[in-house]
Amino acid sequence: MLIVSDMEKTYPTKSGGFTAVSGMSFHVEEGELFTIVGPSGAGKTTLLRCVAGLDEVTGGSVTFNGVPVSGPPREFAVVFQDYARSLMPWITVAKNVELPLMKNGISAQERRKRVTSALEEVGLADAMEKKPFQLSGGMQQRVAIARAIAYRPQVLIMDEPFASVDAQTRADLEDLLLRIRAETGTTVLFVTHDVDESVYLSNRVAIVSRSPSRIDEIVDIPLPYPRDQIATKSLPEFATLRGHVFGRIREMVNSAALTDA
Amino acid sequence: MSTLTATAKLNAAAKTRKGRLILGTLGAATAVAAWFLISRESDNPYFPSLEVILERAWEYWTTPEGVNNILASLRTLSGGLFLAIILGVVIGLIIGQLAIVEQAVSPTLEFARAIPATALIPFALMLFGVSDQMKIFLIALGCIWPILLSTADGARGIDKTLSASARAFQITGWKFQTYVMLPAVLPRILVGIRIAIPLSLILMVTSEMVGVQQGLGFVITQAQATFQILTMWSGILILGVLGFLLTFIYSLIERRLLRWADPRRDRE
Repeated sequence: MLIVSDMEKTYPTKSGGFTAVSGMSFHVEEGELFTIVGPSGAGKTTLLRCVAGLDEVTGGSVTFNGVPVSGPPREFAVVFQDYARSLMPWITVAKNVELPLMKNGISAQERRKRVTSALEEVGLADAMEKKPFQLSGGMQQRVAIARAIAYRPQVLIMDEPFASVDAQTRADLEDLLLRIRAETGTTVLFVTHDVDESVYLSNRVAIVSRSPSRIDEIVDIPLPYPRDQIATKSLPEFATLRGHVFGRIREMVNSAALTDA
Repeated sequence: MSTLTATAKLNAAAKTRKGRLILGTLGAATAVAAWFLISRESDNPYFPSLEVILERAWEYWTTPEGVNNILASLRTLSGGLFLAIILGVVIGLIIGQLAIVEQAVSPTLEFARAIPATALIPFALMLFGVSDQMKIFLIALGCIWPILLSTADGARGIDKTLSASARAFQITGWKFQTYVMLPAVLPRILVGIRIAIPLSLILMVTSEMVGVQQGLGFVITQAQATFQILTMWSGILILGVLGFLLTFIYSLIERRLLRWADPRRDRE
């Protein structure tokens, strides 16, 4: 349903241009949780911005249901890493969730219903009238997730969404994502630099190289859902998969270090 | 030892809002007292004593004529500022968001901005005659620049994550301007207005000094021409008070709006 084909992104610079992504190809199946993992500086965020239609590709294509993506499609919702800057600080939590729904075709009553149920889903029904800054980081990211699910997207795009919260909150948010996805069947495209997180969440993990980044390997994660922070992570298969992904990334980082030196 | 702790206490007090208020009032009271005492024995007709200036101010500025003159000044001042704010914000938002427009108009703007608004008084007189419109036009013309430029700069520098998340959720057009852009730029708009307020006072007085038959500037020049030095001084005193009050009231409004636009800044 979402196909990235031979995509390239080059930024103009004084010395000609910096290619962040090159020859990138993969496809995401409907209902799949597809994760992109790679070392920092691998152009993962660039890739995601292009897929989400926030940046233009300079080569190749991104297509969704056969239509080339140019500009953010209505069917996509995005959760950013920096929750503090992606929510509007001047409006309430409820208004933040409601704002994307304020367009023709959705009645005020329907909007209120969706906002309430989305915030209940993420456990923030009591925080509706608060301002984002009055909440902890993890709670703010929950608001961002609520905003995304109230929007009822077909594809949920998440850019290192849990990288700025503490470990316990992170585990809670991972499980929240898995639960929402099980209930709604939303397709998820997830970016992270955390190997454990990528293996724990996904159907498939794509390992990307350092920039100009391309797919190094796509690993199937055949672990059964529903997953559990303790039980799943204790499985020998989990350890094997994690070790494999981790090994590939370390090789890339080491060889890059050798070339740099 | 005791002076040391006393100084430390005073320094600590200066950091709190209440402390600032008390110290500021003390300083102002001292300045007024000094003026009062130094000028008390004055027999120089150009520098009358504060006591008689205050008496004269009370006499004149409470008469219907005096009140009317103050009101006339306030009317042109608020009209000019209002126009400058509306136009400055709207044009600033357009210029700040459309790179093409910015590149096309910025040299022209730099040129127009370099002309002191007062140099256009003859032109304004020609255009509007001796009227309120002339004064409002001049004030708006002089005050629009800081507001426009600050707004444009703020719009250009809007947080990339914020605008990306608005775009990702298809918050565009009017909805984007009112819910995202305007609140995000509000702190910069407020800075522009703060710079514009003293400018507006200068332009108000200057424009009232040419040909107009009412307003503070008119009373001051008129009094000077008819050698009513006391009335002249009382007018200057009223102007000072007016400027102070305006800035003070504005800072209260500004603080409220800033807290609304970015509640985080209060916690730092």
